[in-house]
Amino acid sequence: MEKLVISSSPHIHDNLDVPKIMWGVVIALIPAFLVSIYFFGLKALILTLTSVISCVIFEYLINKYLFKSNTITIYDGSAVVTGLLLAFNVPSSLPLWQIIIGSLVAIGIGKMTFGGLGKNPFNPALVARVFLLISFPVDMTTWPKPEPLSTKLTDFITGPTALGIYKEGILNNEKVSHIMTKVPSYTEMFLGKIGGSLGEVSAIAILIGAAFMFIRRIITLHIPFSYIITVIIFSGIFWLINPERYIDPLFHVLSGGLLLGAFFMATDMVTSPMTPKGQIIFGIGCGLLTVIIRNWGSYPEGVSFAILIMNAFTPLINKYVKTKKFGSI
Amino acid sequence: MIKIKTFKRGGIHPDDKKLTKEVPIEEFPIPDKVYIPLTQNLGAPPEPIVKKGDFVKTGQLIAEAKSFVSANVHSSVTGIVEKIDEHIDVSGYRKLTIIINAEKTDNWVEDIDTSNNIVREIKIKNKSEIINKIREKGIVGMGGATFPTHVKLSIPEGKKCDYLIINGVECEPYLTSDHRLMLEKGEEILIGAKILMLALDVNTCYIGIENNKPDAINHLLELSKNYEGIIIQPLKLKYPQGAEKQLIYAITGREVPSGGLPIDVGCIVQNVGTTYAVYEAVQKNKPLIYRIVTVSGEGFIGKNFLVRIGTPIKLLINSVIGDQNYNFTSIISGGPMMGKALISTEVPVTKGTSGILLFKDYKEQKLYPCIKCAKCVMVCPMGLMPSLLEKLIANERIEEAHKNNVLDCIECGCCEYTCPSFRPLLEYIRLGKNKVLQMLKSKKN
Repeated sequence: MEKLVISSSPHIHDNLDVPKIMWGVVIALIPAFLVSIYFFGLKALILTLTSVISCVIFEYLINKYLFKSNTITIYDGSAVVTGLLLAFNVPSSLPLWQIIIGSLVAIGIGKMTFGGLGKNPFNPALVARVFLLISFPVDMTTWPKPEPLSTKLTDFITGPTALGIYKEGILNNEKVSHIMTKVPSYTEMFLGKIGGSLGEVSAIAILIGAAFMFIRRIITLHIPFSYIITVIIFSGIFWLINPERYIDPLFHVLSGGLLLGAFFMATDMVTSPMTPKGQIIFGIGCGLLTVIIRNWGSYPEGVSFAILIMNAFTPLINKYVKTKKFGSI
Repeated sequence: MIKIKTFKRGGIHPDDKKLTKEVPIEEFPIPDKVYIPLTQNLGAPPEPIVKKGDFVKTGQLIAEAKSFVSANVHSSVTGIVEKIDEHIDVSGYRKLTIIINAEKTDNWVEDIDTSNNIVREIKIKNKSEIINKIREKGIVGMGGATFPTHVKLSIPEGKKCDYLIINGVECEPYLTSDHRLMLEKGEEILIGAKILMLALDVNTCYIGIENNKPDAINHLLELSKNYEGIIIQPLKLKYPQGAEKQLIYAITGREVPSGGLPIDVGCIVQNVGTTYAVYEAVQKNKPLIYRIVTVSGEGFIGKNFLVRIGTPIKLLINSVIGDQNYNFTSIISGGPMMGKALISTEVPVTKGTSGILLFKDYKEQKLYPCIKCAKCVMVCPMGLMPSLLEKLIANERIEEAHKNNVLDCIECGCCEYTCPSFRPLLEYIRLGKNKVLQMLKSKKN
């Protein structure tokens, strides 16, 4: 008789584990990736691969030489997700050496400094994105215009993003009706034929990925819905009050990084609250901050700042917003 | 169409794997030797009243409950008491056990009705006499908790019972013993429910059944037409639908207060196996000496046996997997969600053994750090935060774990089942519950 295994209950387990979640996110990002290759060409592919590979390599090196650990954590897929999201949040024309620095910041400072997966307070890809934005403001705000299937690696035709046009127009006291003549149509925004960070341009591709994550139970809809609905309501109120000063809610939803941020960045499990109520508060906070930055801030886009600021509130939300226990009457 | 009810918060949907649901109950042969532990109920163990060398008949009282929260034990076979000694039981410890060398045929105690006839006319009508009969026949909760039934039926002063709820949910994967019992002994269960209704003085009884058992639901629906006051209530397939508090909530919408008992909201819950045992005790004068056990597991169908209490489980395992080359790596007594892993095949079947499950190819799971995905929070039917409790208890912050309601945990295992990082959440919570209880005890003193 062989020895019996003794374990405490439960003796069966759901088949969803951490690597399956992480690789699931990777799969969900594929539609947006394909769209970015279509509109931004070979450079988008090279930039994304560089970002992913350097993230994985940095995590490996830190595991091995700084942590001196025998467990190499690169197989759980989280470094790949960080690499992909980082590349998706930068313009496709970004020099490769900058994305490599970004990867080091994301993995080194954003994640491994705190002890690795599960322990970082801020979304690593967003930490790196904001680091790059502040360090290399010109390269980070030079947006190549979409050119289907281009193989160019330099000399891009560039132009501002839709949000950039809006911000500049407002600063020049232009009327919104005038600004609207200069921005891309909503159909182009929906499909992704606009300037912008390479993964954020196509609403439809992001929604397909989000649906996949929802079906595979990787995300719940508390954060994305409360985030997007808050943006719609909050920006809608100002639009109704003064449609010549404030742009309409649909523009806010489709133009920038809101959908990518709401479905892929704000839902990052590690840095968002743990109760449904807390997640809704988190989403509302992100929504308010995004609209505030876009309408009155000096940056045209506010999604990454909004999510990072709310990341900082997550421990506080977790502390004060708890679930109501069964039978507490 | 009857409305399908369910509890609301949390819960999981494991693959139900009811492999043996089509397999009729089969009477397991009398073993050569039975090992009847005295630790078959929650509360104080009964004291043996036989000694080595005594001849005992089937159904004879062999250990007597000396306190209120305890249960009598009867011999499940006819034979000679070989010895009263320590023998391994479900807990993995050696416990006082009456070992009887069994004869091949039964010599029943005279006043027991051993016929197969259904006795419809209820023999005892008086409330306290029914409870006394149940106490005398050693009946305990057969869903697995083994709480003495007569204690549950004795309603404290000032409380009133509105509903009797019969638990036929069987939400654990693999187990089909209650399912088969409802199909094969449906009418007996309804009579048992009627007896319990008399004992509790209630007019309404719900029988809750998960809707993965449509045959049992329809069968009991048909039979219940002749039994006034008994309502068959289909329930949604969701674990832990059969947990007492969740079941009461699903059926009546009442929430048992934290730290309270079902009677606080006017409900008493009994398992269908217990209800059948009540029928046998009252109508046939038969003590609790056998029960239905599902023997199943990974990679084979298995069987449903009617087993004498005290039968070593190795006999059940051998008769199901026989000579097949089946190298199981673990044996679970009960369901896979809440059952206990056994350390030996010598363990006997007791009053609380609802199933024996075999699992093979055990693989140690790789542990990942908590990624705060909140799945454990979302599935917890009690509204707790298991990942937080794990951290608090691992860091010995027992006071805070208590404040975060660790004692409300029903140990259903949903959190650990769903955890993508394979954290040992429930293990920490069990440890924490113990430490909190110790802390409260030392504070009292």
